[in-house]
Amino acid sequence: MRVSTGYGSRPSGGGFETFSWYFFRISGVLLIFLAIIHLFLNHVATDVSCTSYQLISIRYENPFWRLYDWLLLTLALLHGMNGLRIVVDDYVRTRGWRLTLQSAVGIVTLVFFLLGTITLITFHPVVGALGPNCIK
Amino acid sequence: MYKGQSGMWSWLLHRITGLGILLFLLIHIVDISLLGFGPTVYNEGIALFGLTIVRILSLALIGGLLYHSFNGVRIMLIDFWPRGTRYQGAMFAVVMILTIVCFLPMAYFVIAPAFGINPGNVASGM
Repeated sequence: MRVSTGYGSRPSGGGFETFSWYFFRISGVLLIFLAIIHLFLNHVATDVSCTSYQLISIRYENPFWRLYDWLLLTLALLHGMNGLRIVVDDYVRTRGWRLTLQSAVGIVTLVFFLLGTITLITFHPVVGALGPNCIK
Repeated sequence: MYKGQSGMWSWLLHRITGLGILLFLLIHIVDISLLGFGPTVYNEGIALFGLTIVRILSLALIGGLLYHSFNGVRIMLIDFWPRGTRYQGAMFAVVMILTIVCFLPMAYFVIAPAFGINPGNVASGM
């Protein structure tokens, strides 16, 4: 039986599990910086209630932040859903259930990737209706 | 195999924090998608994050993310540093200390507005 965990010795022999093992580590290193800076900006530098439509409009005038958020979205989603895939692999023993849940993991990944990507690409601020700086 | 030792707890915590962060990520993708419905709808959604109960949940997210990050570095050191395995227990202690040390100041900024204290960052919505 295939034993796959994201945590433990490196799977040998190439193939998807080896790729997955390296992907966890490479995306993980990048996510440490991307996620902690994101957390600092939106919870410490400005309060979370100030992440208003107005602030996003100003921030997204600069394509850098769209790219930053898209990279964070993509890497975090793939890293997290790949983790969920391994959790399903670890605990779901029945063939049918395993196939069903793994398919669900794949579909959820695709749907949320598209939802996030479309949101980031199509956002154009509504002019003159920006609203308050901070929301109580 | 390593039942009850630090190896088991670090592994379990890594898995639980990972799943928790993933759950938040999925919610967060949905709340950000509200941007497409205009300022009123989006702002109503984001205002929920200012509620005390959601601020408390944010604390769990921050603690979980910090632990998952630092323990991720520990895992990579075990993988790639020849002496990593020998020091995994000590590194787990370092992970816990770093998590707490980074968590406390961040937690103050997140929770202070719930007590009516302005922590001095850019307008705490007060």
